[in-house]
Amino acid sequence: MAIPAPFSTALRAAAMLFFVVVVAACSRSSNDAVGLTGAGNLGPGGGAPGSQQEFIVTVGDRVFFTTDSSSLTPEAMATLDKQAAWLNQYQNYRVLIEGHADERGTREYNIALGARRSSVVVNYLVSKGVNGQRITSQSFGKERPVAICNDISCWSQNRRAVTVVQ
Amino acid sequence: MINGGSLNWNSDRDLEFALLLAKNRPNGEIGDNQHMTLLTRRSALKLGLAGSALLATAPMAMAQLRIVVEGANFQPLPIAIPDFASSDPTFGREIADIVRNNLRRSGLFLPLDPASLPVQVGDVNGTPDFNVWRTANVDALVMGSVERGGQISSSVRVWDTQQAAQVVGKSYNTDPNSARRIGHIVSDAIYEQLAGGTGYFDTRVIYTAESGPKANRTRRLAIMDQDGANVQYLTDGSTMALTPRFAPNGDLVTYMNFADGNPQVYLLQLSSGQQQRLANVGAMTFAPRFSPDGGTVAFSVEQGGATNIYAVGTGGGQPVQLTSGAAIDTGPSYSPDGGRIVFESDRGGSPQIYMMGASGGNAQRISFGQGSYSTPVWSPKGDLIAFTRQSGGQFHIGIMNPDGSGERLLYSSYHAEGPTWAPNGRVIMFFQDPGGNDGPRLMSVDIWGRNPLTVATESYASDPSWSGLRG
Repeated sequence: MAIPAPFSTALRAAAMLFFVVVVAACSRSSNDAVGLTGAGNLGPGGGAPGSQQEFIVTVGDRVFFTTDSSSLTPEAMATLDKQAAWLNQYQNYRVLIEGHADERGTREYNIALGARRSSVVVNYLVSKGVNGQRITSQSFGKERPVAICNDISCWSQNRRAVTVVQ
Repeated sequence: MINGGSLNWNSDRDLEFALLLAKNRPNGEIGDNQHMTLLTRRSALKLGLAGSALLATAPMAMAQLRIVVEGANFQPLPIAIPDFASSDPTFGREIADIVRNNLRRSGLFLPLDPASLPVQVGDVNGTPDFNVWRTANVDALVMGSVERGGQISSSVRVWDTQQAAQVVGKSYNTDPNSARRIGHIVSDAIYEQLAGGTGYFDTRVIYTAESGPKANRTRRLAIMDQDGANVQYLTDGSTMALTPRFAPNGDLVTYMNFADGNPQVYLLQLSSGQQQRLANVGAMTFAPRFSPDGGTVAFSVEQGGATNIYAVGTGGGQPVQLTSGAAIDTGPSYSPDGGRIVFESDRGGSPQIYMMGASGGNAQRISFGQGSYSTPVWSPKGDLIAFTRQSGGQFHIGIMNPDGSGERLLYSSYHAEGPTWAPNGRVIMFFQDPGGNDGPRLMSVDIWGRNPLTVATESYASDPSWSGLRG
């Protein structure tokens, strides 16, 4: 695919969205609980160094949890290590940690579970040197799924904490 | 607003007499149910004899028309409800339709096709020709009238045709904007006389109306009559609103509002539209529910990933912490006497139901079945706790005794959640969701697991909260 130069922000965003959709689809079919974690180096599509795009695509903006758990998996810790390194390099960003749950729980409990997950991520990032004053967190419970279907391929993508740099 | 009174004709003995009604006329056999809790023959007789001297002298004191609401032999009671007499026949039919619909949806009554009845329009002034109704195999007959003037007035008589006796006679006045309420009030009067207990038709339901794609759904508060009529939207959907709960007075509501980022508990007064945040404590507040006197709200407070239960007066003051620890403690619900709180906690691993005093401390686990339990809600009658259970890959709506015994599952599906009680403690509303890109719908089921019904709403709907009977 020929990429026109300069590569506009809008096009980058569109390309990234395409990438995310593809990864989500792959994850769904492969039943991969890791999902979007560790998206890897995308080269030019990964965004300029220090950009939000780079954080989302290259660093990986989210970690996943197993059912009803807020424990960090080794994969999640690896992603958070990269997040912490990036955030410590680019100190100008503030950070919002969104906690989410899948739909296989009740509404109020999942609000609390989302908060517990975001809290675990906040604590981990702080332990890796990110200034807690930069971080806020919010729970969305099960109200904002990213993958929609009635099996674990979707639930595993929705049990997540997303680090939003802003 | 509503003025009710008995018709003077036979009115003194109406209530006691009605309690003697039994459906199983042919052999007088009440049924073989050992566990009958409602309106047994013995309790009916006791109530009747204690009632009035008029009853003792009434020739039909041993009439048997009534509904045995529980047991394997349950059958809904066929009942004839002609259109209500009115100078506006359309209005008379509309009110009769409300009554027929309410009674049919209760599952306890089987309103007969009005077109099949020997008399098409009610006559509340005369005595029915009982032979005509007996020939049509009608045992229970409702004759009503309704008129619109400065007020709406309605009269209704219920007849036992076999005994040629009036079961109840009542008249009501209401303001002209409450036309449907007349139908609900009449429905409650019929229900109470023939099925015992109190009615639940003159009530409202507040809920979360949902629309839009699942990944970015709009959720706003809405309120409607229990039969789905008169929907009003209370918030505009610009910020997410969840889990509205009625105060006992039916005017104050507490709910979860995302306007501040994290969800926070708000109070909303329906009559004025005014609202305010309940308390400033912790990072996040949610899962509110009123105490039975309406003066206190119990709710969850999250701080640093731990969620505990607090209580605070609706007039303000310092929130009092009722549970402590690193677990998730949420979903508090008061006993009707205000003395205890049932709630869910994952302190033992999976979410389970616990019981404690209303001032906290010494919580005892009461749920022990396979899977997890959440959203416990105490029946307004105090005898049962409704809950959501997850097991075997399914969600279930169930009930148990307050000590955790006697668990019964009433409804199971891919997803079902969030029970709320009708004020008579016999019917539960909740929401179920088939998953995928579909959305939640409200459903009701009775405490015997019978009669699961969808409650029609304009949009997807969740988080129902049933009001008490309106004053």
